Order: sequence, then structure tokens, then C-alpha cells
Amino acid sequence: MKRICQRPESLTDVQMHYCPGCTHGIIHRLVAEALDELGIREDAIGIASVGCSVFAYNYFNCDMQQAAHGRAPAVATGIKRVLPDRVVFTYQGDGDLASIGVAEIVHAAARGESITVIFVNNAIYGMTSGQMAPTTLLGQKTTTTPRGRTVQDNGYPIRMSELLATLDGTAYIERVSTHDPRHVLQAGRAIKKAFAAQLHGKGFALVEVLSTCSVNWGMSPQEALDWLRDNMVPYYPLGVYKDASVKEGEAHD
Amino acid sequence: MAKVLMKGNEALAEAAIRAGCRAFYGYPITPQNEVPNYMARHLPERGGVYLQAESEVAAINMVYGAAGAGVRVMTSSSSPGLSLKMEGISYIAAAELPCVIVNVMRCGPGLGGIHPSQGDYFQAVKGGGHGDYRLLVLAPGSVQEMADLTFEAFDLADKWRNPVMILADGLLGQMMEPVEFGDKEPQVVEKPWATTGARGRKPNIINTLDIVPESLEKRNYALAEKYGRMGEAETRWQEYKTADADLIVTAYGTSARVARSAVDMARKEGLRVGLIRPISLWPFPQAPFALLADGLRQFLVVEMSMGQMVEDVRLAVNGRGSVHFYNRLGGMVPTPRDVLAEIRKVLGGGGGQ
Ligand SMILES: Cc1ncc(C[n+]2csc(CCOP(=O)(O)OP(=O)(O)O)c2C)c(N)n1
Repeated sequence: MKRICQRPESLTDVQMHYCPGCTHGIIHRLVAEALDELGIREDAIGIASVGCSVFAYNYFNCDMQQAAHGRAPAVATGIKRVLPDRVVFTYQGDGDLASIGVAEIVHAAARGESITVIFVNNAIYGMTSGQMAPTTLLGQKTTTTPRGRTVQDNGYPIRMSELLATLDGTAYIERVSTHDPRHVLQAGRAIKKAFAAQLHGKGFALVEVLSTCSVNWGMSPQEALDWLRDNMVPYYPLGVYKDASVKEGEAHD
Repeated sequence: MAKVLMKGNEALAEAAIRAGCRAFYGYPITPQNEVPNYMARHLPERGGVYLQAESEVAAINMVYGAAGAGVRVMTSSSSPGLSLKMEGISYIAAAELPCVIVNVMRCGPGLGGIHPSQGDYFQAVKGGGHGDYRLLVLAPGSVQEMADLTFEAFDLADKWRNPVMILADGLLGQMMEPVEFGDKEPQVVEKPWATTGARGRKPNIINTLDIVPESLEKRNYALAEKYGRMGEAETRWQEYKTADADLIVTAYGTSARVARSAVDMARKEGLRVGLIRPISLWPFPQAPFALLADGLRQFLVVEMSMGQMVEDVRLAVNGRGSVHFYNRLGGMVPTPRDVLAEIRKVLGGGGGQ
């Protein structure tokens, strides 16, 4: 009998701790599939960050380092510079990457560090019980914006992909979503491209994955997916923001 | 090999390269700038990586990454920069990663000044970052020791899988003295735990998180046990004319150079004075104090701080002798005459605290 679906070799056979409806598990699988398909599991060194995905070192079946909050791009830089022929990636949430770790991500991108960044944007701090994140939408209720985020108190949500795409050091930047199977497949393609960019020595690659947090958003998993589609996608438009592998004027999806 | 005249900071950097340091991540700050400058000039041509980080926070986390990847790595800074590195240092100690961290102390608190100080003793030997951990802290007293202790620091870091700190000060970093490097070869250490890509083996994980108290307690006890063994094996100090001394002056680094001159001046006056110079600040050399503190001798601690090492001296003397204290602050360096005056005062009577 032909097997058509199985656990990627790059995922361990361990039950994940994520809440029902959380998309971290899906995104882990996409990363693992990319490592398998490119045949780089044994060359990969992953950096787990601080957030709900902190235990990623238990789930990826490759060498892993766990980094302090926001510092994953610096840790990745430290490794990649001394092991330039290995594949180094970080897996970070929006609090980690877009708040406490802004300096590290911006400078890793500006230097054109040859690393791959998986940036999971769920518009909230999941791990610490649902506080406002730098990507929390205006009007969105969180435990620290109980009446909804306002411009007056908290300013505007940050669009990291657009911001980082302005830096010359970035080679590949795409924003994708996980709200339906078609978009999940597109997310998988983007993640594979972001690893391929590193393999081809193009420079810094980042995929921003829009993600849900149904528990802290106070919704059912399906409501959360719909909310992502109807509220996050309009503010965080999907698409490729930088692709240095494509020459000026060439069409790409 | 012939002696060469070098600045302390440069001798330290050269010794690091000779010790097999293959990556340096730093950020500019006076008075340690000669370290990154030297590394930027020489490390790449000798097979290593030099990178100027965006901050001390990033630099120490780059060190975490490279140390985890199994290479000999160093970072260097001065006091305000060390405050920023404390988060990363706690993680490195917790993950038991070997690396060398240099602090060429300047005076504080705050931005303070760029002149020499010894105000970071507590930060270096009592923690500094969060949680229970220890660094091996070595305090050079000359340009030659800036080189020798730095070379050795890499071997010690690998031996104990622990960060080693070189605690120098602006004067030692800036002054020039003849230095000899010898032809010692660095040890080559296997690191089967390093994250180098799981080629034909099970994945390696470098991690400091453990949310199960029973399990984390075990890990903490294992660290404590290691620190205990380090304490027994790595204590270093130098004694000078202590055998017949009525008064033991104690100082490290720049203060010890001054104190030694004062001891010589006092001896010329017929005063029986000696010196204990701690070289390892953690582990602190308790033994010579325990031996010499017989209830008759007095002690005088000289520091360029408000009084930090003096607390460890008091613990070591443990009530068996008066412990006096003399200091200068703000980048002022005590002179041998100042210390001699203090020695006369103590020996001329007047109890200590
Ligand atoms: C220095 C530091 N500050 C704060 C924390 C507490 N903390 C743990 S996870 C987290 C938020 C992570 O949020 P995000 O990156 O959005 O990831 P998510 O949990 O949503 O997946 C915070 C603030 C910490 N561990 N370290």
C-alpha cells in the first residue's frame, strides 16, 4: 500500500503542548517539511525563542538552541558566522521579534545574515496570558487593552515585513497566512523558498506567518480563523515583499 | 621568545587568538577599545570571525550561539556594557557553555567615567545576572598576566564548561609593559554536545528552560556541585612577605600593584607588612586568610570601590583579626604613599571594624 501522508522526519514523535486550534503545530510541520524536502535536516540548527513556541527544541528533529527573549537572531548570527555551511533558522513570535527583539532582527536583516526567520504573528502575547503585542490590531481587546487597543494609548501595530523589506540586506520576505488549507499550502511554499534562499547564499530570509490564538482571543478555533481572515489579512496584506532571487521586472507569485 | 612592548588590552587580545579564540563579538566602549580593534585587525587573517554587534546584548547572545556551536569565543566590554550582558551571561552559565568574557572596568555607577575602577567586583563574583550561578573570575595584575590569564581562561572555560571572566581595569588595559607569549599550545577539547548539525547522530539541544521543579532542582544541585569542585581546584593567589607580617594588605589588579609598592616602602621603615593578592576572585582564596588570621595580625584591604572585596576578606578572616579598609573612587587611583600612610595609621594603633 502506498503511504501518502506521514510525520516529516524533521519532526520528533512527541505530542505538542499547543492549545486546541493553535496554528503553531501547523507551522512547525511546514518548517519540518521544508527541511525534509530540501534534505537539510542534518545540516540544520534551529533557534527556539521565548513565547508559546519555546519548546520547539523538543519538536524539531534537528540540532536546536533555545534563546533568550528576542535574541534569537543574535544567537543565529553567532552560529552562522562560525558554521557558514550549516543551515540556521529562528522561530519567533511577534512579542519576541517585533517588541523586545527589534534591534536584533533589524540588524541581522541589515547585515544580510544568511539565516531563515519564521516569524509567527498571532497579534497577541500567547504565553503570558494574552497581553497586547506590537502587532495587536486597533480595537483588539487583550488583557492589557481591556477596552481595545487605541492609537492614543498604544500607537499603531507594526508591519514588520514591510519594514524589513526596506533594508538592503534582506533577500526574501513574504507574508503568508494559515486561515485555510490553500493559504497553508502557500505558507509551505514560502517557507521552503526562505530556506532555499539561505542555501543559495542570497542573504537574510523571513516568512511572516499570520496565525491564530483562539484561547487568548476568546474564540472557537473556527471563529479565530475567520477573524484572522477578516481582520488581520486586511491590515497585514499577504504577498512577497522582497525577492532578491527574482530580477527586476520578472513576474512572480 | 623575545618580549614585546604592548598595551594590556592588546596583549589580552593577542593571547586570546593564540589560545584558539575563533570568534569575537563586541561593541565599542572605552577603555577596552583596543581589544575589538586588535581583533578586527588580526582575527580574520588568522582564521577567525570578527563581528561588531549592534549592542552588548546582541554580542553576548552571539557568544551564546557560537559557544553552543563548539568554537572558542570571546566578548569584551567595560562596566556599562557588562550590565547589558548580564542577561546573556546568566543563560550561558545555565546552559554550561564555555566562553571568555572580558571586563576592563571603568568607574560608575551610571555612565560614570572612563577612568579605572574596581566597582564591578560584586557584579562579577556574586552573580550580576539573575539566578544562582557562578563565573570563574580572574584578576590580572600586569600586562603579562592580561596575556597569561586570558590564554588560560579558554582552557578553563572548556575544562569546566563554564564562562570565565577576566576582570581587569582601565589602567591595566591602557598601560604598556613588556610581555612574552611563549609557545604554549591551546588544548583541543572534544565537544560532542555542540550544535553543529545532527549529521549521523541524535540532535543536540542547548537549553536553559526546565519548568518541572523536581527536575530543575536536580539541575541546580548539579551546577552547585560543579561550582564546589571549581572552588577547590581553581583558587589562586599570590603572597608577598606575609610570613612575619603584623599587617596583611590585600588588593587585586591595579590596587595590588600600588599596595605592593607600599609594602616595600613600609618594610624600609621597619614595619612588618605583607600582601595577599587574590588572582581568582571567584573562587575567592579563603585559605591564606584562614592560615594567617591568628588573632594577632591585622588586615588592610585596598580597593578602587566603596568596599566590595573587603566583604569576602571579612568572611575569610572570620573575626580572627581586625579588617581595615582604604579606597579611592571615581577613577582616582590610590598612590603607594596614600597606602603607606594608611599602613602607618593601622600599625600605630586604632582598632579596625
Ligand atoms: C526578558 C523576558 N521578558 C519577559 C518574559 C516573559 N514572556 C514569556 S513569553 C512572552 C511573550 C511572547 O509572546 P510572542 O512572542 O508573541 O509569542 P506567543 O507566546 O504569542 O507565541 C513574554 C513577555 C521573558 N521570558 N523574558
